[in-house]
Amino acid sequence: MNWVWIGDNLGLIGGRILEHLALTAPPIVIGLVLSIPLGYAASRSRVARSILLSLGGILYTIPSIALLVLVPVILNLAILNPLNLVFALSIYAVAIMVRSAADAFASVPRDVVASAAATGFSGRQRFFEVELPLAIPVLLAGIRVVSVSTVSIASVGALIGIDQLGSFFTDAFQRSFLTEAIVGVVAILLLAALYDIVLSRIGRALMPWNRKQSAVMASPKVSTVPLGGSL
Amino acid sequence: MNLFAEAFRWIVDPSHWTGGPDISGHLLEHLSVSAYCVVIAVAIALPIGVMIGHTGKGRGAAILISNVARALPTLGLLSILILLFGIGLLPITIVLVILAIPPMLAGAYAGVESVDKQTVDAARALGMSELQIIFRVEIPLAAPLLIGGLRACALQVIATLGIASAFAFGGLGIYLINGLATADYTQLLAGAILITVLALIVDGALAVVQRFVVPRGVALGRTDPNGHQKRARAPRPRVLQEGMQS
Repeated sequence: MNWVWIGDNLGLIGGRILEHLALTAPPIVIGLVLSIPLGYAASRSRVARSILLSLGGILYTIPSIALLVLVPVILNLAILNPLNLVFALSIYAVAIMVRSAADAFASVPRDVVASAAATGFSGRQRFFEVELPLAIPVLLAGIRVVSVSTVSIASVGALIGIDQLGSFFTDAFQRSFLTEAIVGVVAILLLAALYDIVLSRIGRALMPWNRKQSAVMASPKVSTVPLGGSL
Repeated sequence: MNLFAEAFRWIVDPSHWTGGPDISGHLLEHLSVSAYCVVIAVAIALPIGVMIGHTGKGRGAAILISNVARALPTLGLLSILILLFGIGLLPITIVLVILAIPPMLAGAYAGVESVDKQTVDAARALGMSELQIIFRVEIPLAAPLLIGGLRACALQVIATLGIASAFAFGGLGIYLINGLATADYTQLLAGAILITVLALIVDGALAVVQRFVVPRGVALGRTDPNGHQKRARAPRPRVLQEGMQS
């Protein structure tokens, strides 16, 4: 490890961390926002479910380096445009989140929804005041997975020349400079941990009724393997 | 869309399929290296995963490993190991195996763990030994999830190998890297299409296998009250579906 290089380049490292944040935050938000209506539709209809989930599976199968090259052609953008990376990461985020969201809405007990209807809640009220809040635990588990993989996949953008923490990897290879690659990996792991902590805090704030239980309780339907977990 | 047409013409151009380092050579290289990395990863992860699922011990460690693996950037891991070991197949193999183990491990333990405990107890009551329980009860019942793990593991390896071309590996990613270096968008797009199609074909083939490994008794058991048989489903466990793929 060349600590002097790290000391001399703190500005560069900080800048790349910020670039990485700017490129990864929008896809995570987009993934969550789009997956809620799609997942809700999938939880309602068997046909919608099988179409949406297979589509998600296929999109998710496309290797990242290939998707990063396909997106600019489809969107007709210059290949160096950072929007390509945001768009590609959003596709992955939605592809993963649709399944989580479908499971999240399916995990809401039917009885509860029925009693809300019986109490006189309108369709919209049922959705926003009953189903959505009760879906939060599984949605949260899903978005934590999405955030961690988005942070890590974003680094591939360096191969098509979009600057962020991944650029440390291509630079390190070209200059045979190990320190740079290690800095990049550590920064990405820390950023992933940061996202995970922030999201679980937000989740806790949104679910005051769960505060006394343990953190893993969140996912009834995915109990075999708690998805979020600490890093 | 014109670019797509050009890319397809580039792919089917016979001169790109014969002589020297051509598409078939790179495809073969991609497939063979993927295959042996998957074999190594399965040889390591499958027994460990099955034991974790059977005994319930080490579950926390397995979850931790798959979470950390999801956060590890493949590009970073590749560059570090190549700088440590020099350009060649060894560092690439190590990275691929490291990244392929977690999804297989998760598939194996989630699969075995998902087997109904009453079924296992019944097998034990019939006098089966622990080994018999593992091989004759748990593994057959967990088979769809085991193949699900293999699916995620194979996809991970194929995708990561595409990236390895940036570090002097042949494989199909070479067209992406060459295309980027020379701003040859036809070649670039052709490379992206080739890798995508390879990933979809391998995934599709394993999905078919996954359908077939559902034990007959389980498939028969899935009938609704009217006696109509439902199609045997073999869902991927969520954790595999969502495992990070580079």
